[in-house]
Amino acid sequence: MDWQALALTLRLATVTTAILLAVAVPLAALLVLGRGRWLAAVEALASLPLVLPPTVLGFFLLVLLGPRTAVGRCITALLGHPLAFSFSGLVVGSVIYSLPFAVQPLVAGFAAIEPALVDGARLLGAGSARVVFTLLVPLARRSLVASAVLSFLHTVGEFGVVLMLGGDIPGATRTLSIVLYNQVENFDYAAANSTAAILLGLSIVALAAIYLTGQIRGGRRA
Amino acid sequence: MLELALNARRGSFHLEVECRLASDWTVIFGHSGAGKSTLLRLLAGLDRNSRGETANARIALDGRLLTDSASGKWLKPGRRQTGLVAQHSSLFPHLSVEANVAYGLAGLDRNLRATRVAEMLELVDATSLVNRRPQDLSGGQAQRVALARALAPGPRLLLLDEPFSALDGTASDALVDRLQVWLRANSVQTVLATHDATDAFSTGAEVALLREGHLAAVGPAAEVLQDERERIARRLKTP
Repeated sequence: MDWQALALTLRLATVTTAILLAVAVPLAALLVLGRGRWLAAVEALASLPLVLPPTVLGFFLLVLLGPRTAVGRCITALLGHPLAFSFSGLVVGSVIYSLPFAVQPLVAGFAAIEPALVDGARLLGAGSARVVFTLLVPLARRSLVASAVLSFLHTVGEFGVVLMLGGDIPGATRTLSIVLYNQVENFDYAAANSTAAILLGLSIVALAAIYLTGQIRGGRRA
Repeated sequence: MLELALNARRGSFHLEVECRLASDWTVIFGHSGAGKSTLLRLLAGLDRNSRGETANARIALDGRLLTDSASGKWLKPGRRQTGLVAQHSSLFPHLSVEANVAYGLAGLDRNLRATRVAEMLELVDATSLVNRRPQDLSGGQAQRVALARALAPGPRLLLLDEPFSALDGTASDALVDRLQVWLRANSVQTVLATHDATDAFSTGAEVALLREGHLAAVGPAAEVLQDERERIARRLKTP
């Protein structure tokens, strides 16, 4: 068992999930509460990773963050090292790749909340941030859990983006999916079984958490 | 004094209202689809960005402009000092009655907030409900709490969209009587939208008659709702 890869995978998934929640909550609120045709473009952009092959996304990011572009050179100058083939680079790739999995459940949850409640809060003087954090998030907490769990699991199981953007550097970019790929490539099916079992176990536990949250909250709302 | 000059479209519906409402309790009377709720939402500043965006609007309360499309002025709902209670209470389901009433008092010190919440709940006779959740309230109780919540921040204008429909007649009359005294004492102008003529007659209010989005008449209930009065009288005589 590659414990280092397991620890790195869990760290990547945790950091990615935290960043995604910080980004997805305001983004989903904007998509639900905002008005204007430009929001359709934002929603399409946020959903793009759903239909884009992971390897294509990984390739674009590899080029963008590499030394051939101004963005890549700027980041390298700021950080002192390129983002590609580093843990930070994996985080950037994972956040972009899993964005729709964080945003979509929240959009569905926020949209299910009665508009009259939002109107009521606004009439009582609540600004957008207060509406989001005192009304939308508590009322759509099941969607928030779903968003966090899906983001976490999606990052844990990520392969194409990780391989293209991070390569296979032990302790830095070698995640469980890469380990599994290497084990299969080396015909080490016994080790591959263990790795796959861990990935499967993580998925089952996380999905059970979503459904249990729903039951504990007493329904299937939001 | 509430001054209105509205010309708004929502799909095929056209709302055109121009009047000055000087009475402290005005009833907007109209049948379903007359535009009562649309009018109240425009007054509250809730429909600004919808498809039915007001083409021409000027709303002023006691000389203070709330909306003026000519100069592009539009005060946010929370800055209009306006409370709105709709037919369905829309209490925040995850908050207790106390937290619901306190929601609009975020800027107040904790003790002042608690005092204000207690005062408002007493006004609507809902003191015993303070720790309950909205889902544990009857329709009438929820409406009382919604009223307390709307009044807590100290609005200058109170908009009521058939809010007493969930209360039985006696309870509704007692609440309205108590409310009218309090609103008058606190200089809160009230606009009540209803399709029930008895609401207009029982409160002795000034009545604005709304028909298909247009203001048909403004005046005392006995004059403006003469036809309604005769219709009700005919129905009551019918065995």
